[in-house]
Amino acid sequence: MPTSLDQYVGVHATALDVRARRTELIANNLANADTPGFKARDMDFRAAMARAAGEQTTGGVHLTTTQAGHIGGASSTEAAANPDLKYRTPLAPALDGNTVDAQLEQAAFAENAVRYQATLTFLNNKFRGLLTAIMGS
Amino acid sequence: MSSFKAFDIAGSGMSAQSVRLNTTASNLANAESVSGDAASVYKPRHPIFEAVRAQLAAGAARDGNANAAVRVSGIYESPAPATARYEPGNPLADPNGYVYAPAVNVVEEMVNMISASRSYQNNVEVMNTSKELLMATLRLGQG
Repeated sequence: MPTSLDQYVGVHATALDVRARRTELIANNLANADTPGFKARDMDFRAAMARAAGEQTTGGVHLTTTQAGHIGGASSTEAAANPDLKYRTPLAPALDGNTVDAQLEQAAFAENAVRYQATLTFLNNKFRGLLTAIMGS
Repeated sequence: MSSFKAFDIAGSGMSAQSVRLNTTASNLANAESVSGDAASVYKPRHPIFEAVRAQLAAGAARDGNANAAVRVSGIYESPAPATARYEPGNPLADPNGYVYAPAVNVVEEMVNMISASRSYQNNVEVMNTSKELLMATLRLGQG
């Protein structure tokens, strides 16, 4: 029996956080459904989970800047701040450069919401189990 | 708290789409506002949307999203020339008997209106879902 509450809750707290971030991302895609030149984005969930859990993600090669004039490569851009953010592969980009597919985003949003609720249910059950253990009834 | 950002994003989308609806309404309402002078006739208005990118300060938020919302960066007036109509009986007609109607394409505006209203509904749905999720999160552990 793990003693720390963090350990007891396990991966679900992190999952909830990452799901909330994905909600924002897709909300942003939908809000920008009519913005010219906007590129739809989504996240690599596995990478985001691994990063949120404090693990090292593989394949992250960074350039080292040792002089003032050096260009930082990926580490100085927003790609480094959010390595798990990816651009969606457009199925049918609009003429104005917008790659948001409203139906696809809606589906992704619904899926994400359901999974968020599933995570909430897991957490709720864990807490209920803990309560039962404490109260003994 | 990051969950509230979804509200801001959906809210910005709703606000942008309502600006678009407003300009469409204005264009449709003025579709027949003729004038005796080609220069002073109503010009169709269209909003320009722009994605807002959050500032990425040094070492900015691990959970900071690169994107933050949408905003209307401006409203431009269409330079399309007014259409001249020969209506000598019209009291607004110029000495040659012409009145000028704005270059509003009613069909285009209707399509714009429907598109804007659908996008608005999408954003409302996002907001509703986010609210439900947040309320469920608040009830976490209460049984």
